[in-house]
Amino acid sequence: MKAWVFGDNVDTDAIAPGRYLKFDIGEVARHCMETIEPAFASTVRKGDIVVAGRNFGAGSSREQAPEALKHLGVSALVAESYAGLFYRNAINLGLPALVCPQAKRIRPGDDIEVDPASGRLANRTTGEELRCEPIPEFLMQLIRDGGLVPHLEKRLRTTS
Amino acid sequence: MKQTLAQKLVARAAGRSTVTPGEIVTCKVDLAMMHDSGGPRRVKPLLERLGAKVWDPSKVVVITDHYLPEYDDESRKILRIARDWVREAGIDNFYDAQGICHVVLPERGHLKPGMFAVGGDSHSPTGGAFAAYMFGIGSTELLGVLVTGEIWLKVPHTIAMDFDGAFARGVSAKDVMLFLIGRFGLDGGQYQAVEYRGPAIRQLPMQERMTLCNMTAELGGQTGLIASDDVTRDYLKAEIERWDSDPDAALLAHHRFNASELQPQVAAPHSPANTRPVTDFQQKIDLAYIGACTGAKLADLRMAAAVLKGRKAKSKLIVAPASLRDQQAAEREGTLQVLLDAGAELLANSCGMCAGYGQHQLGENTVTISTTARNFKGRMGAASAQVYLASPYTVAASAVAGCIADPREMLA
Repeated sequence: MKAWVFGDNVDTDAIAPGRYLKFDIGEVARHCMETIEPAFASTVRKGDIVVAGRNFGAGSSREQAPEALKHLGVSALVAESYAGLFYRNAINLGLPALVCPQAKRIRPGDDIEVDPASGRLANRTTGEELRCEPIPEFLMQLIRDGGLVPHLEKRLRTTS
Repeated sequence: MKQTLAQKLVARAAGRSTVTPGEIVTCKVDLAMMHDSGGPRRVKPLLERLGAKVWDPSKVVVITDHYLPEYDDESRKILRIARDWVREAGIDNFYDAQGICHVVLPERGHLKPGMFAVGGDSHSPTGGAFAAYMFGIGSTELLGVLVTGEIWLKVPHTIAMDFDGAFARGVSAKDVMLFLIGRFGLDGGQYQAVEYRGPAIRQLPMQERMTLCNMTAELGGQTGLIASDDVTRDYLKAEIERWDSDPDAALLAHHRFNASELQPQVAAPHSPANTRPVTDFQQKIDLAYIGACTGAKLADLRMAAAVLKGRKAKSKLIVAPASLRDQQAAEREGTLQVLLDAGAELLANSCGMCAGYGQHQLGENTVTISTTARNFKGRMGAASAQVYLASPYTVAASAVAGCIADPREMLA
């Protein structure tokens, strides 16, 4: 899957600009990253992976940030670290967010594959294998269910 | 075991006597706050999908602030959903067009020391000024709280920011935060609890303490906390529980500063971490903006007025008081008149220009100095707009000078 590489402190105003939040997610997603990578929203393909440096998703609680990435088909995030609020939002939407201390070894356009549960990341372009921190099991359950809403649906079904 | 303030608050909510940083716990939520943007319009359809009801409507507070004033079909629709939903869901704690949620919530007495609270907004750590554990969450997680009344938490470590002495005239909580964010970075808080303490913090009034905890969001903490004391009690006009860290509780880091050495700070485009002392700047400005939960509370309006009294703004000056009550108080005491006499244009008591949601947005290449919390590229309007962040003192002084200016000279 193609890697889209961003730097440190990518903020939620870049990922989901405030002025479009009054519209539905399709419109928000069309403007995703437009202030820092104008070609992103129109060229990102289903399955692509967003790679970043430190503190990805800094700023707002707006869930449209991970939602826009997911809407565009992004299958996983790989970053040195995340803003905590963004991280919780991504997991709650079922978007795997992996912490990879070596994320900066990945170049734009590299063909990479990640396994969220084990934390293994294969870079097919360079042949390199990188280690990500495995996502804790209780959060993997949320991701496997497709996010917090389907997870709650399941839980409410079992209790009723 | 010695416990920090954060540990004690989390332990209480988790039904435990003590908790250890790093462990995962489930906490009972005492209060869930939401606004029109991340609240009803997003949680209502999800509640319907689940066929679920709000676990306890008396613990939910809904405040409209983001899409006010309504200016098009989309904003009208978003506000209508909020107004209809609170009725359907039986939520009595509804404040419509009363001001920004983080300011209105404590103003109307909803926060008390010892509480565990969540807010559907990143600046929710503001509540930590009341020794309540409060942090921001997204809409889906808010839905989870509305359905279950609970939320998981990794028990945070505590980073103590300890200020000895007293702040100089013209230096405010905003300067403290811009300094700390510049020093430690946007992730300096490591999504842990940041506790502000020391003699200089104890002297600050509640709304200044709120600014410290509010901008803990930009410092990257999960929450900002301040022990409850007489200042908390006097603001709340009620007897309160005293919550504080044990003196020898283990900390992740303990940073000590001499408050009297702090100078007014300015963060240059496009990051709150891009901070230097005000004396490093001569930049000409087009607009001085005094607004937002971070920078337009009554205490902030008073700071601006202290500079603007008897002076005229050379640049355009816009003031959006953070709450209706604060604006009314400013009007009664004459503070508002000082701002108007200086040439201020008033906007509604809402989030205004801060996050670029509304009709007022920065045009191409506009240079603005603002009391808001974030100057990320394109946030307040055009991507070419340049936004500098500073205290209400510094923003007011810059309005008078027409360029970024040191307020201390005008306060002398």
